Amino acid sequence: MNPAVLIASVYVFALAAFLGYQVISRVPPLLHTPLMSATNAISGISLIGSLVLAGAAHYPTFAHILGFIAVTTATINVVGGFGLTDRMLKMFNKRKLPAAKEANQ
Amino acid sequence: MTPTAWFMEATYLIASILFVLALKGMSHPDTARRGMFLAEAGMFAAIVGTLVGTHIVTWTWIIAGLACGSIIGAWMAIWVPMTAMPQRTALSHAFGALAAALVGIGEFVVHGPAMPGITRGALGFEVMLGALTTTGSLIAAGKLQGVIHGKPIQFRGQNIVNFAIFAGMIAAFAAFWIHPTAHLAFYSMLGVAFVFGVMLVIPIGSADMPVVMSLLNSYAGLASAATGFVLGNNVLIIAGTLDGFSGLILSILMCKAMNRSITNVLFGGFGAVIAEASSNADGVMREISLDDAAMQLAFATRVVFVPGYGLATAQAQHAVRELAELLESRGVTVKYAIHPVAGRMPGHMNVLLAEANVPYSELCEMEQINPEFPSTDVAVIIGANDVVNPDARDNPKSLIAGMPILEVDRAKSVIVLKRGQGRGFSGLENPLFFKPRTTMLYGDAKSSLNHLTQAVQHV
Repeated sequence: MNPAVLIASVYVFALAAFLGYQVISRVPPLLHTPLMSATNAISGISLIGSLVLAGAAHYPTFAHILGFIAVTTATINVVGGFGLTDRMLKMFNKRKLPAAKEANQ
Repeated sequence: MTPTAWFMEATYLIASILFVLALKGMSHPDTARRGMFLAEAGMFAAIVGTLVGTHIVTWTWIIAGLACGSIIGAWMAIWVPMTAMPQRTALSHAFGALAAALVGIGEFVVHGPAMPGITRGALGFEVMLGALTTTGSLIAAGKLQGVIHGKPIQFRGQNIVNFAIFAGMIAAFAAFWIHPTAHLAFYSMLGVAFVFGVMLVIPIGSADMPVVMSLLNSYAGLASAATGFVLGNNVLIIAGTLDGFSGLILSILMCKAMNRSITNVLFGGFGAVIAEASSNADGVMREISLDDAAMQLAFATRVVFVPGYGLATAQAQHAVRELAELLESRGVTVKYAIHPVAGRMPGHMNVLLAEANVPYSELCEMEQINPEFPSTDVAVIIGANDVVNPDARDNPKSLIAGMPILEVDRAKSVIVLKRGQGRGFSGLENPLFFKPRTTMLYGDAKSSLNHLTQAVQHV
């Protein structure tokens, strides 16, 4: 990484931080648990770094194995995180559901 | 750049935009699900883009990893009960952080000394944050699951020991930064960071978990952002930063809701202190019979339920909803008062009650419900304690003085569902329980609520 790229990256970081602050301040406390689960799933984007490590050319096998574990844990977060977030969000209803849909208990 | 590399960069840009839109959707329950579909699409695009745009030779590890991860992830998404959400979230912080740490170690193995100084700096942050978040989150998950005792683990000179460990970690980082060939320095930094994560979380009690969870969320995100700096990848920086700041905002909100600073939560060891009797609590607690309680509820006009962590441990969310529906069918107005730090993670109570099919229009935040307590006939407290302790407001000497509370003591009458006569996590007496208008209904919250429902039916 050369200094010019670093500076560009710091700009991206600062602007993303500002944007994140603005967007996330508006999330109501009602949705804080799904929010945590959702941001967790989104930061599972480190999967793309793991994919490269697991499969790129000219990398030693040790790197591939580290990559394999990283791909696994990141995928758990992506699949599990999005799945759970959706499961939670489905439960938030403004009005009561008709009695037929109450499958709990 | 090759066309496939252009394609990859385009998918990253699209993913970044979709992630921001997804979080924007989270500002309202009606738009949240659609938002998450956008994030899923963005994630899918970025993965496809990476696989197309990178020169990949070995597919075995990738396919194996994706398959294992998808199976475990899907299993978690489908089978984890809502009551176990805090543990699951702590575990996912650990997974995310571990992935970031491993990518960092991999980069070191592959490029090692060839990395320029700036990249090594970012790599150090990535590996340290990733490693300490991994072990810290595992400890948090263990405490929440009950595998590790929830009480703070403390010893004399703990803060000094922790500071020494922290200094050791930074020293190893500095050594690695100055001597890129020093494998020993890199791996000691990694090892010390793992230890530091454990030391950071063990002195913190279960009831402070909302803050700890948010902080770990923040660290995991920042570790991903640091990965972005190492790989020179903007979508990683953006997604990681969004996650990091989301966690940071939540930790600040949680601290505000407890009127404590982050340093106090991290180094104060709150739950260990047993306060001497500097409270207004005296007199006797009056027990109420099921039938009397049912009578009060059945003939009330306005009832407010105040859930706490006890609701989650007793898995009483369905039972409370049944009682509420029965009361509503009798014309009683029912609401739920949710304190920001009720439960073990931000928003914990909301998710539990939503699972039990309580409409979110009945879930009220603290500022919204507090003015309504004076006109409330019965406030029913289910496994909550410190968030309704009037000492926080009235007694400046109290340990929790200044913590914003739900002002249930202003309701016309209060029924407290409680397992026994014990104290809350802070070890404080709660004067609310001794007030003349307060009555206690002892027993497991779920069975108490079920019995109340039956009793109300017979009124």
